[in-house]
Amino acid sequence: MTRMSMVKALNSGLRRAMEADPQVLVMGEDIGRLGGVFRVTEGLQKDFGDGRVMDTPLAESAIVGTAVGLTFRGFRPVVEIQFDGFVYPAYDQIVSQVAKLHFRSRGRVRMPIVIRIPYGGGIGAVEHHSESPEAQFALTAGLKVVSCADPHDAHWMIQQAIASDDPVVFMEPKRRYWESGEVDLGAEPLPLWSSRIVRPGRDATLITYGPMVKTCLDSARAAEADGLDLEVIDLRTLSPLDLAPVVESVRRTGHAIVVHEAARTLGLGAEVASRISEECFYSLESPVLRVTGYDMPYPPSRAEHDFLPGLDRILDAVDRARAF
Amino acid sequence: MDPSNDPTPPTSPLTTSPPMVQLLSPSGERVTDPRHAFDGDRAEIEALYRDLVMTRRVDTEAYALQRHGELGLWPPALGQEAAQVGSARALRPHDFAFPTYRDHGVAWCRGVDPTHLLGIFRGSHLGGWDPAEHGIALPNIIIGAQTLHATGYAMGLALEGLVGTGDAERDSAVIAYFGDGATSQGDVSEALDWAAVHQSPVVFFCENNQYAISVPVDSQTRVPIVQRADGFGLPGVRVDGNDVLACLAVTRQALQRARDGEGPTLIEAVTYRMGAHTTSDDPGRYRDASEVEGWKAKDPLERVRLLLVAEGTSEEFFAELDADAEALGVRLRAACQQITEPDLAELFDHVFVESTVENQQQKAEHVAWQAAFEEVAS
Ligand SMILES: Cc1ncc(C[n+]2csc(CCOP(=O)(O)OP(=O)(O)O)c2C)c(N)n1
Repeated sequence: MTRMSMVKALNSGLRRAMEADPQVLVMGEDIGRLGGVFRVTEGLQKDFGDGRVMDTPLAESAIVGTAVGLTFRGFRPVVEIQFDGFVYPAYDQIVSQVAKLHFRSRGRVRMPIVIRIPYGGGIGAVEHHSESPEAQFALTAGLKVVSCADPHDAHWMIQQAIASDDPVVFMEPKRRYWESGEVDLGAEPLPLWSSRIVRPGRDATLITYGPMVKTCLDSARAAEADGLDLEVIDLRTLSPLDLAPVVESVRRTGHAIVVHEAARTLGLGAEVASRISEECFYSLESPVLRVTGYDMPYPPSRAEHDFLPGLDRILDAVDRARAF
Repeated sequence: MDPSNDPTPPTSPLTTSPPMVQLLSPSGERVTDPRHAFDGDRAEIEALYRDLVMTRRVDTEAYALQRHGELGLWPPALGQEAAQVGSARALRPHDFAFPTYRDHGVAWCRGVDPTHLLGIFRGSHLGGWDPAEHGIALPNIIIGAQTLHATGYAMGLALEGLVGTGDAERDSAVIAYFGDGATSQGDVSEALDWAAVHQSPVVFFCENNQYAISVPVDSQTRVPIVQRADGFGLPGVRVDGNDVLACLAVTRQALQRARDGEGPTLIEAVTYRMGAHTTSDDPGRYRDASEVEGWKAKDPLERVRLLLVAEGTSEEFFAELDADAEALGVRLRAACQQITEPDLAELFDHVFVESTVENQQQKAEHVAWQAAFEEVAS
């Protein structure tokens, strides 16, 4: 076990993936010499050269579009989008090209591209730096979408995403970048397309992913004081969803609360809630509740503490569910 | 440009040729150019100097406020004051500007209270002024997007018959600001193309400050930015971006062409970002101190000061200006703490013109939650 931040864990994961496969390329704005604005790619250009770690021109559509072309030559590009709000210039390439080429070619073309996106709020940033666009990718058939929540998972998930022959949108919760945790560099990792119970409990199930995993764990710890035992599930994979552990859990607890930062309407929570009500109808003791960001553009940062789900809103939802 | 006036090596070979228009050397001497002239009097130069000093004061004050934790972030304009002030002072009241997050000097010249800029970077609001009132849009963070907005605005001017009428009171133009990095974005190429095809009354003003965060301009383009104009079919002019007289003269001419119905112009202002990209950036990782030192000798304020001194501007003028700048600093410091905090409940009302049921339900939910929470807390 080694203790490190998520930034370091991702950095060492990228490094291992590049060592393991010479076809892996890393590209993005400021990722070379600077090591990325979050330093996730720090030192990689020095060690792997500027042919494999490329500072690109400031052009997101080109970053993803050229990655598509590189896959035709057998490369496995890992591209960095600097911040969540800057992915939209590349949106067309991602949803119209990356997502569809395998399908259009009836399986002859592979798109082993990883699109890394630092996402989410809570860091006091300016406009376009705090968004949660994961559902916009998850609803696009042909893309896989995952989100890591702690350093250990970050380290392994990035390597698995790179090894995947399918395109993966890799969402990194930037507010957790600097938090440290234990990373087992020798562990046999969980399969990438699986969710996991991060805290077992009896009384209600919190279903979440990415930045909100820690917030939910904090909530569960606080609920202990009231004698409540909350189960917390980290979805990890947002598309495909791995709902088997969720269904099993909700059948036990009878209460499900989905938590995410993204806006409520048509967010991941809507899909999860719908699936839970299909599969757990007779076990549910309350409707599935959602604790989410509101349906508004991300607010100015001094209002974000009211906008983002926090411990109190989560526990309030637990109380409402249990009082139902 | 006289090489004797240019003691420092440029950052990139891309910025040495073609030659740039210069009307005031780094040592404060007037220079002549066959196609461009600054014909203002000393009073006008003094007014420009005032704008430069005040812009720098806004910038240094905001930088200090960020360091004191009052702002979340600040993108310094240090070193780019002449490009911003010179170009913005070429605008007439009924012209319109589309700026970026760094164009504090443009906002200043359009009469926007700098407190609005502080509010944006404090995280208190997302804009703060009425674009129509000041003739300047809210600053854009998405790189290059505003060049298309400017082109659309210009098309609108043409559709409304506000171009080429010969009536100086009516004819209008628009200016779009963007950086050297932005020229790599598809949006910027699309804007140049559209504007050229439609002969729209828009001036594209690129502040080539040599870097897009860590990436130098020669990693964005293989040709000087000004040459891009050729491929799209519009004229391009390269200007010394640290020379406020040249920036004003060149932009004035380009805007007049636009107003006269002669179409768009691309201006490349060669300048340098003296500070960090933003307060979160560490430029020591990607550029040498000697390079920065070299550009100090081309400071956009100092050369105007030298000119004014030589032309007999009084000591009192400088003393008064210093006092005014100091007063502005004091005012901004105080005003920063007075900026009202955002109220999420109110923000729900701005999502749509015609609010939705869902919107209002979420607002009610939030308000009830706040009320219950405050009750518990008290
Ligand atoms: C579409 C988009 N991608 C990335 C960013 C992140 N970013 C902010 S400023 C910047 C560099 C911009 O360089 P340039 O256009 O030269 O303008 P400057 O900051 O030098 O004024 C980058 C990459 C962004 N704001 N928008």
